[in-house]
Amino acid sequence: MPWNEQYEPVIGLEVHAQLLTKSKAFCSCSTEFGREPNSNVCPVCLGMPGVLPVLNRNLVEFIIRMGLATNCAIAPHSIFARKNYFYPDLPKGYQISQYEEPICSNGWIEIELEDGTRKKIGITRIHMEEDAGKSIHDQDSDTLVDMNRCGVPLIEIVSEPDIRSPRESYLYMHKIRQTVTYLGICDGNMEEGSLRCDANVSVRKKGETKLGTKTEVKNMNSFRFVEKALEYEINRQIDLLESGEKIIQQTLLWDSNKGIAAPMRSKEEAHDYRYFPDPDLAPVFVDEKWIAGVKKTLPEFPTARRDRFVSEYKLPKYDADVLTAEKELADYFEGVVKNLVKKTDESFKLASNWTMTDVLRVLNEQHIVLRDFPLPPNHHAEMINLIVDGTISGKIAKDVFEEMLKSKDSPKSIVEKNGLMQVSDEGAIERVIDEILTNNKGQVEEYQSGKEQVFGFFVGQTMKAMKGKANPKVVNEVLRRLLEQMKK
Amino acid sequence: MKTFDAIRADLSAGTTTCEQLTGDYLRAIDAGKSLNAFLSVFPEKALQRAREVDKKLRVGKAEPLAGMVVAVKDVLALQGERVTCGSKILENFVSPYSATSIQRLLDADAVIVGKTNMDEFAMGSSTENSAFGRVKLPQDESRIPGGSSGGSAVAVKAGMATTALGTDTGGSIRQPAALTGVVGMKPTYGRVSRYGLVAFASSFDQIGPFALCAKDAAQVLNVISGHDEKDSTSADVPVPDFVKALKKNVKGLRVGLPKEYYGDALTAEIRNAMEKKVDVLRSNGAVIQEVSLPHTEYTIATYYILATAEASSNLARYDGARYGFRADGVRDLAEMYTKSRSQGFGAEVKRRIMLGTYVLSSGYYDAYYRKGQKVRRLIQEDFLNAFKKVDCLITPTSPTTAFRAGERTDDPLQMYLSDIYTTSANLAGIPGISIPCGSDKQGLPIGLQILGKHFDEATILNVADFLENAKE
Ligand SMILES: [Zn+2]
Repeated sequence: MPWNEQYEPVIGLEVHAQLLTKSKAFCSCSTEFGREPNSNVCPVCLGMPGVLPVLNRNLVEFIIRMGLATNCAIAPHSIFARKNYFYPDLPKGYQISQYEEPICSNGWIEIELEDGTRKKIGITRIHMEEDAGKSIHDQDSDTLVDMNRCGVPLIEIVSEPDIRSPRESYLYMHKIRQTVTYLGICDGNMEEGSLRCDANVSVRKKGETKLGTKTEVKNMNSFRFVEKALEYEINRQIDLLESGEKIIQQTLLWDSNKGIAAPMRSKEEAHDYRYFPDPDLAPVFVDEKWIAGVKKTLPEFPTARRDRFVSEYKLPKYDADVLTAEKELADYFEGVVKNLVKKTDESFKLASNWTMTDVLRVLNEQHIVLRDFPLPPNHHAEMINLIVDGTISGKIAKDVFEEMLKSKDSPKSIVEKNGLMQVSDEGAIERVIDEILTNNKGQVEEYQSGKEQVFGFFVGQTMKAMKGKANPKVVNEVLRRLLEQMKK
Repeated sequence: MKTFDAIRADLSAGTTTCEQLTGDYLRAIDAGKSLNAFLSVFPEKALQRAREVDKKLRVGKAEPLAGMVVAVKDVLALQGERVTCGSKILENFVSPYSATSIQRLLDADAVIVGKTNMDEFAMGSSTENSAFGRVKLPQDESRIPGGSSGGSAVAVKAGMATTALGTDTGGSIRQPAALTGVVGMKPTYGRVSRYGLVAFASSFDQIGPFALCAKDAAQVLNVISGHDEKDSTSADVPVPDFVKALKKNVKGLRVGLPKEYYGDALTAEIRNAMEKKVDVLRSNGAVIQEVSLPHTEYTIATYYILATAEASSNLARYDGARYGFRADGVRDLAEMYTKSRSQGFGAEVKRRIMLGTYVLSSGYYDAYYRKGQKVRRLIQEDFLNAFKKVDCLITPTSPTTAFRAGERTDDPLQMYLSDIYTTSANLAGIPGISIPCGSDKQGLPIGLQILGKHFDEATILNVADFLENAKE
């Protein structure tokens, strides 16, 4: 839904990303997902009387990665703070977070708009915190609490109010998702809540420099909802202003069923979090050496990788974009490339085609992620090797591919077991073609009288007779030669 | 009542066993029930352990605290036992784990006999704020034993344990030690792991021993000190042998008397008692000089701003949701919180939670909490400057001797002033020890406090040990 063009929205996003550390932020409990409720817990994350938090150094390492990837300054000294509020899924009555002196600040990331121009979005700060548990409200009006998630590390990425449309918000979220998944610090799943987004939105007349009164929109738990909810809220604000009313500073919850953002009850948002430095945790000191060490482990970022795919593998920009959109897919593709015997542009393009069409098709059909894809890159490469060296045809390869998915056998053994080797032997092919020509006198005559399209019929018959294993190039050659001979 | 040295001598002479000793202490606890020093006692467990220790003693494989029977303040977690913190809100809470300090005592073959009464959540200076009744001074049951570790102080004074653990946030070990007439020590902040100590004010709390003499305190400190990976604020610094540090000598020792601690608040009796001890040091070669801690007048205010701020957050977890007391007949979540906390906490705890909530609240943070932090640094600097000139400071522990129960309960400010000489050590994080220093006209004990440099418990233990044994 477009909005009144006289207005300009001003949007800043706060993104929470759940980190993929093995253990929780301040205790040694596992962060494994999907366990029985309240099984990944200990006295520390349950906030039992007398326990103390101990910082998981991996958490710091992960946030340094994110800070470096988003061009942030990494503070040599940062501190933890307590955010105080009461809620049943918050066992200590406060959440350990960072407030003053966060670890990362003053960064930016770049998004690519539809017209191809690039835009920098400022990152105000990125800080560490711990997640709360989960309240489960059952029918009998009882509330049950699952603390498995309690204490799982999060980072909060706060953008500058540089975003000017819901579309830009969507692109920004995608960029954040791409970055955290490339870094391997978060699985980027918005629907399951490992990536969460809140927005601060205001509108103003174009040309105006003063910011309007902002509202906060929460609960946008998919990429699509981010765009929809913001469109809704921008229009709501403009309508209010147009009818001479004022914007009230408040928090709104996006309701995806109704397609509206409704204000939270004022009681729920009247929080004074009383932040203060957590006396149980020492300051985090990060020296240059640590940063340099983390820098070395950073992966190649999507844009650079895409450019390299174009120059190194001579792939079209479209292919390179698709293949590098997600790190796992780019890694898979390069895993195939690594195992190719003939490293030629032709085989690279073959690998790209198979990855983009067949691999992605199977992922879609089976609703799985690449991690669970049954065909390892080396088997995939072996199949392409067989195509390139003429052992099998592209058509047979489709069958081999399906068989590999099912049996998880190597392509070589599938080809051998099922006798799928391509026949390139001219003598063998000639014998078959001879027979076909003899049995189809009528069609031969048609061809001789100038009906060129009948040639395809003979090719088809030959392939059929040879169960698709004949080398099409050789079939073409032999067929043409024999037909020419018969003319004389 | 025997010191640990005497007990060990008896054990090696074969005139007693750990089991017999434990039985004696258990009988003393029983006989002294009216003092209300204990909140829980574990006779069977203690005797069972004592028998195990005896076995080890017989084969010469006992650890250093074999034969020591210890009482611990009920703010320290011991697996499988209740940890009430003197509060109704935790009345039936059984700890699923043990505090590091307690585990270290057990590993050193100490026997833990029970858990002692205290001011609720260690908030108080008289042990009148316990939800389970006040603790009485053994010398005069109408009086208070100081607090908040009053139960631990009384346990040692009344021969119910060889030593006891207490906690000291603003004087809660040293002040009751002074008022009951035993030795009580607060180590440097970070010396002893706080893991398993139910927090009152995290940046102030320290665990320390009560004992009949400085040497016994040193023996306990040897065991409970040292870095603990479960406590990020526990210091990774070497732990010296504190018993070996008792040199029986103070020659050349530079002793400072902070003039701000000898003002009008002090009674002449206490002043005179102090001077006698200082004279002993002087005549044995110590160099005495007056020093100044210019920000002393701000200590109580600063302490009550910062400690209550931390407390307001530390005590948020007692909300009736997961464990502890939950009020009956509540209609919704908000009511569960407010009723459980209103009914579960006592008046002083509620007062401090409200104070702390106020100083952290938006609009007041800068004026109170942030300013308090700045003053805390100035107070720390006062001590660092003084310690450039002297090796330790000697002050009174408490401005008065043990007062009567009920005397100050209606006047919190007057009660807070009981800690006027002790809170500065917690603000600065330095170690302090209180030792008996004679008595007043009524025969009530007077306490002398020795304050030392960060992680220099050895010096103050040496001075304490020297004064105990020197003739006046
Ligand atoms: Zn845990």
